[in-house]
Amino acid sequence: MTATYLNLIPKTDVELAAKDFKSDQEVRWCPGCGDYSILSNVQGFLPELGLAKENIVFISGIGCSSRFPYYMNTFGMHSIHGRAPAIATGLAATRPDLSIWVVTGDGDALSIGGNHLIHALRRNVNLKILLFNNRIYGLTKGQYSPTSEQGKITKSTPEGSLDYSFNPVSLALGAEATFVARTIDSDRKHMTEVLRAAAHHEGTSLVEIYQNCNIFNDGAWEPLKDGDTRDDMMMRLEHGQPIRFGKDMEKGVIRTHDGHIAVADVAEVGEDAVIRHDAHAKDPGLAFALSRLSNPRTLENTPIGIFRDIERPSYDRLVREQLAEVQAKQGEGDLQALLTGGDTWNVS
Amino acid sequence: MTKQVVTLNRVVIRFAGDSGDGMQLTGDRFTSETAGLGNDLSTLPDFPAEIRAPAGTIGGVSAFQLAFADHDITTPGDAPNVLVAMNPAALKANIKDLPRGADIILNTDEFTKRNLEKVGYTANPIEDGSLEPYNVHAIALTSQTVEALKGFDLSKKEAERSKNMYALGLLCWLYSRPAEGTRTFLEKKFGKKPEILAANLAAFEAGWSFGETTEVFSVQYEVAKADDLPEGLYRNIMGNPALAYGLIAASKRSGLPLFLGSYPITPASDILHELAKNHRFGVTTFQAEDEIAGIGSAIGAAYGGALAVTTTSGPGIALKSEAIGLAVSLELPLIVVDVQRGGPSTGLPTKTEQSDLLQAMFGRNGESPVPIVAPQSPSDCFYAAMEAARIAVEYRTPVFLLSDGYIANGSEPWKVPSVDDLPTIDPSFATGPNHVTDSGEEVFWPYKRDEDTLARPWAIPGTKGLEHRIGGLEKADGTGNISYDADNHDQMVRLRQGKVDAIAKTIPDLVVDDPDGNARVLVLGWGSTYGPIGAACEITRRTGVAVAQAHLRHLNPFPSNLGEVLRSYDKVLVPEMNLGQLAMLLRAKYLVDIQGINQVRGMPFKSTELVSAITDAISSL
Repeated sequence: MTATYLNLIPKTDVELAAKDFKSDQEVRWCPGCGDYSILSNVQGFLPELGLAKENIVFISGIGCSSRFPYYMNTFGMHSIHGRAPAIATGLAATRPDLSIWVVTGDGDALSIGGNHLIHALRRNVNLKILLFNNRIYGLTKGQYSPTSEQGKITKSTPEGSLDYSFNPVSLALGAEATFVARTIDSDRKHMTEVLRAAAHHEGTSLVEIYQNCNIFNDGAWEPLKDGDTRDDMMMRLEHGQPIRFGKDMEKGVIRTHDGHIAVADVAEVGEDAVIRHDAHAKDPGLAFALSRLSNPRTLENTPIGIFRDIERPSYDRLVREQLAEVQAKQGEGDLQALLTGGDTWNVS
Repeated sequence: MTKQVVTLNRVVIRFAGDSGDGMQLTGDRFTSETAGLGNDLSTLPDFPAEIRAPAGTIGGVSAFQLAFADHDITTPGDAPNVLVAMNPAALKANIKDLPRGADIILNTDEFTKRNLEKVGYTANPIEDGSLEPYNVHAIALTSQTVEALKGFDLSKKEAERSKNMYALGLLCWLYSRPAEGTRTFLEKKFGKKPEILAANLAAFEAGWSFGETTEVFSVQYEVAKADDLPEGLYRNIMGNPALAYGLIAASKRSGLPLFLGSYPITPASDILHELAKNHRFGVTTFQAEDEIAGIGSAIGAAYGGALAVTTTSGPGIALKSEAIGLAVSLELPLIVVDVQRGGPSTGLPTKTEQSDLLQAMFGRNGESPVPIVAPQSPSDCFYAAMEAARIAVEYRTPVFLLSDGYIANGSEPWKVPSVDDLPTIDPSFATGPNHVTDSGEEVFWPYKRDEDTLARPWAIPGTKGLEHRIGGLEKADGTGNISYDADNHDQMVRLRQGKVDAIAKTIPDLVVDDPDGNARVLVLGWGSTYGPIGAACEITRRTGVAVAQAHLRHLNPFPSNLGEVLRSYDKVLVPEMNLGQLAMLLRAKYLVDIQGINQVRGMPFKSTELVSAITDAISSL
């Protein structure tokens, strides 16, 4: 994907390193929080974009993850609960020279801010949204979230939560997002690859990051991290590659006779039956089907990587083009002519 | 047939019909012709919230009132001299406002048994003598229109639709209005549908000729140009477009690109429409997914250095409250336009009210001061918008612009200003470090304030060396870092309040109009009550009674001399279209008793009701 939008952002005139992106503020997440590794990965990745630091903006809502901008030595805004995508939309629509990142959590993005998230995705505003999903409310001290598994016992649900949970990737694909990916806080290499692809995508990039809250929901993603279970549980999506996983890559995703997809034993179905991942497919059908494979309770068959990455003009580009077209056709506005209007009369 | 021509000084016409009858369009056209003649004028549209309310019902009546005169007028008039009633519902809904002797033009075709029953007439008022106090002109408007259009290839229904143009033609003849403007308008509107254009033109001409030839009207009227208006070039303008123009002008005079984030809501949507028509000025209009995203996007644009605006009505403000608080905390320029309507809740979407003053003043959590500016007439929306932009940009603060449904949709002649005479606005973005630390290091402090205005620097992304973080958490004075320190919070709360209070230094003193110089009673208003109050004071003075008038444009902070003004009168009357919201603020701040004159009927005050309240107050001194 050609990232022409990056050409509109001024480049740095000095070489930047991870330390240049660290602000002077003391990081105040709980010791052991998954947010630390995400912060460190982002700070470590950003220098490779070569952008001027002052042209990078981080905007967040409310929640533990939303403290993120304070720790980045860029421009940043810690706004109000759920509204970061809306605020970032106004900034993106007016400032093509900025690289704008939204940092949000499962509560911020999917509960109170659900509306803004889906509309940013459908419009394809040029934003990189990092959704830290820990399946719990951390800052309010441990209530269930919209991604918590049904039956979750928390302070607000002592007999178990009743809500059916959101799958953020399915939701984003349902809103026809142009870039949807999932990564995990403990895998630095994978996260960096996903961040890179997200940064180069023009339009909204939604990156769900499985993040551990070691205080209120410790081990929520453990089956995907534990060396004994990881390879059996998690499939890594790579564009153009057959979707295979398992300790010995013995499992693969196939199309079933009724048109659905399923996980099968490759030895039984044959290698040719395994689907090749196509992140650039215009139709989001396969990506959506992949997002539905995982079991929200056991985490079996969980795909990570880039589900979808397609080209569609970003909203802010369309805004700029429309303004330019109008000005080319009508000329720049003449204020005196506007105020005078068509029907006037003289009083003398 | 030559008819007698009678010259009048002032006429008030009300067009009333079903909401699908095109009464607003008829009124608009008549207004345009009247403006073109150089009369002073004032208009009042009054329509239901439903787009097509059930036909023939009282609830579905849509009306447009217009006053025009050969002298300066400030209101659309209390009582119409002429009512055009397109059906029995329109007659029934409006008859109570007519003085004896008023003219009524009725469309007899609609006075059928069924239509009469629908609105509760047991007998036909045209025949039962109940209209005897009036001068009734019963005309078969619909069938005469159909008859006039019989040469056209139109269905009966399509032909009937032109009856409003027939009525307009008749009224234009009756009041000697030129026809050229309407012809041009119709050509523009129906240029692509030649048959419909021809039919509408024919209906208009037929209405005109009918007036000329019929014996129903024995006289024709004329109203001379208004000669007491200041010299200059004039146009007619409604409040919402004027407000939109004011925002564009503020953008040009500040050099900041204009951004509007908005969600459609009555009666504010026309500002969004007007700005969307003007993209050539570099205006970005964003129709957001909801009210919160409307203001959210505006805050984002303001952060990026745009002149940012969000427009709404009362219910939308309720949804935006948290974000307004964020703008207070971030100290970013933002214009929040509230075109007030009847409340609470969904209330009366198409009716006017001034009941959001306290919401604007206090409707947020915490100590959250926001300056408030209120326009006093349709054309004043232009200047009030520029003033709101000045305060927002120079003081880095959200500012409320409190318009209302009456001035938003009402219109009046406006002396077109020269762009070069408009004030300029200085955004003065931060460009470099503004502080030297104890160790001698030059740094940028996002919350280091200007000593005079207490405004913080506006440092937009993309400015090298000024990277910083801001947010809704309390900030340390100066550095802007998160601070939970108790004393710092106390200081920051006072600083934010102090900044808003300091705006008073740049606000002109309140001017009192007291031509006799000996009035003991002051009538103080704000917003759209200016016209009715002015008219009422004038009428009162003509009876030889002295009364003073003053009008507030700035509701927060108040002008510096307001307390002194209030205390120099024996009695202060405050008419408001609410239950006493300004009165409450004045009593609290100045410990002066205030006598409120209050109504929330969804319509502006009538001058006559104010005259009697003023006269009663003066006689009880």
